[in-house]
Amino acid sequence: MNLLIKNGRIVDPVNQADQVADLLIADGKIMQIGQEISVAPNTETIDATGQWVVPGLIDLHTHLREPGYEYKETIRTGTLAAAAGGFTTICCMPNTRPVNDSQAVTEFILRKAATEGVVNVLPVGAITKGSQGEEISEMGDLREAGCIAVSDDGRSVMNSAVMRRAMEYAKMFRLPVISHCEDTNLSEEGVMNEGRVSTELGLRGIPNASEDVMTARDIELAALTGAHIHIAHVSTRGSVELIRRAKEQGIRVTAETCPHYLVLTDEAVTGYNTHTKMKPPLRTLKDVEAVRKGLREGTIDVIATDHAPHAQVEKEMEFDYAPFGIIGLETALPIALQLVDEGVLTVNEMVLKMSVKPAKLLNIDKGNLSIGAVADIAVIAPYETWVVDPAQLKSKGKNTPFEGWKMKGRVTHTIVGGKVVYKG
Amino acid sequence: MELKRKDLLDIKGLDQEEIGLILDTAESFKEVTGREIKKVPTLRGKTVVNLFFEPSTRTRTSFEIAAKRLSADVINFSVSGSSVSKGETLLDTARNIEAMRADFIIIRHQASGAPHILARNLRSSVINAGDGLHEHPTQALLDMFTIRERKGKIEGLTVAIIGDIAHSRVARSNIYGLTRMGARVRIAGPPALIPADVETLGVSVFHSMEEALSGADVIMVLRIQLERQGKNYFPTLREFANLYCLTEGRVGHAKGDVMIMHPGPVNRGIEISPEVADGLSSVILEQVTNGVAVRMAVLYLLSGAGEKLS
Repeated sequence: MNLLIKNGRIVDPVNQADQVADLLIADGKIMQIGQEISVAPNTETIDATGQWVVPGLIDLHTHLREPGYEYKETIRTGTLAAAAGGFTTICCMPNTRPVNDSQAVTEFILRKAATEGVVNVLPVGAITKGSQGEEISEMGDLREAGCIAVSDDGRSVMNSAVMRRAMEYAKMFRLPVISHCEDTNLSEEGVMNEGRVSTELGLRGIPNASEDVMTARDIELAALTGAHIHIAHVSTRGSVELIRRAKEQGIRVTAETCPHYLVLTDEAVTGYNTHTKMKPPLRTLKDVEAVRKGLREGTIDVIATDHAPHAQVEKEMEFDYAPFGIIGLETALPIALQLVDEGVLTVNEMVLKMSVKPAKLLNIDKGNLSIGAVADIAVIAPYETWVVDPAQLKSKGKNTPFEGWKMKGRVTHTIVGGKVVYKG
Repeated sequence: MELKRKDLLDIKGLDQEEIGLILDTAESFKEVTGREIKKVPTLRGKTVVNLFFEPSTRTRTSFEIAAKRLSADVINFSVSGSSVSKGETLLDTARNIEAMRADFIIIRHQASGAPHILARNLRSSVINAGDGLHEHPTQALLDMFTIRERKGKIEGLTVAIIGDIAHSRVARSNIYGLTRMGARVRIAGPPALIPADVETLGVSVFHSMEEALSGADVIMVLRIQLERQGKNYFPTLREFANLYCLTEGRVGHAKGDVMIMHPGPVNRGIEISPEVADGLSSVILEQVTNGVAVRMAVLYLLSGAGEKLS
């Protein structure tokens, strides 16, 4: 089965390509890129005139909720949401029930993803058993079963000695350690950023230091162990600065931020909308500016979603009682495009942050449109506008702070292994 | 005149005129509460539900008396523990009450913003009787009423609020109200009980009682919640009292005609000494009396009863 994508702007940073051309897929792989490729008359064709053709987006940070929390999201609905957002590969965090700390759970996820999923799913295993922060998990087993990184995301490994041993051990298997940096003692019972807005709203605050002290610790442990630490969801100016300095010193640290930390501040919490409650919390304008700068300068390598679906009844609670987390797969791309519009990123850099770098960081052969590569591709209509209506989203979770936002940029086709899995 | 709003959720959203209107209206009602027959027919046929998720005697009673003096029917609905532990959501509970055609829902809740959920979703008027650490608007209104009654004005006065500002909804409402009405507000307490960036609300922050009280017209002492112990906000109640208890000696730093307020219930000997609490400068019981008049005014003004009260 061949598929021709005609006349699109092909943006492929790995091959330093940015040109209007045709792209031909055969047997699930990219066969040819060129002008006016001629094909058999019955070949399936996508007219991509005026659209961008980019390597499929890769999300380092998704919560698929299955097994255990199927009422929030399933591997089926989560991958459908991913496809709708232009993602062809997503990494699912291990905080399911049971936690993905064993081959059995990893295999379950991969089997489900193969039979019910529509995009590539790469499981992230737990750093510690049950993500309890006490005993390191069987990372050899996890890696063999198919885990591509380890993380106790949602929780912090509070014990520094445990984290040290985990990093030493993960290094042996070349598994990146993805760290949710939060000193939970400093966060206490906090539910939003600590500052003027938390004071006004009478909500308990989480100071920037709660994130920064752990970022600093994990960088030091990366220096000590030589392991690859990947700092998840960077939200503070302090963390950006720590990562910048660590990179200058040659420490093996990479970092991601999320779309919401680039366009929202803690002001959004005013009104007690529980769809603005997540960890780390939305910070101040100074932080947003620093995170944007870090992204532009390359201190922050990746934009990840931290897609965290919850059921409506859970979020319809008092702010204090609602769970942390928001969905993000279907809104990440238009927000990244907003940054392109605002001159924070070029189109090329956007593709780097959302596809090339995540692939490189995971050591997987994706994120490029090389001849012979597996055809994981997103086709984007960059100027088309749409309004976020949670009811229309594919994710089971409707917990988005972007409800009613006018977005620019829409995915028209998502192609995984040469197969169109989403048509917008 | 009436308030052009359905709900009273906070003081922050009130302008000077609205606060003035409530205080003026409360004056008329205070006159009513001084009569032998303390009842007017203004809210006859209306239903007021006191929905209290936190134990409270004085605020609930004050609202109940206020509603009854306006001839409304009052139902008290107390929920022990949070809605979560009951298995029913707050919104479910509130929708059930609304289905019984309550005109007013007066809510006290341990979570900040809980009244806002009701206000957004219900047709009933919602009055915040204290939400989490956020606001307690009728308390600030009765405090401002009491100050205005005693001092003849609020503008230009120096008001010192002492104690646990961080966890106090009374403090927040008073800070918004008093600054809006032109008072200079000082707050004082140990650092952990001063909320982050509170200066942006227009107050000055002190850690020394002497400095905070110097030249003050009004001292407002907050209740120390005894469960704050053991969390390192301060080492011991003993040391807290040593540093921040309002004693006669400390009152001496304020103006001679200083008035001393406390929202109650009082921990005698911890945040305020018994002599000061019961002394001549104390208006603690007047605050309670005025609370009824102020709550009558709020109910009346939110009811859309218009100009019927002459």
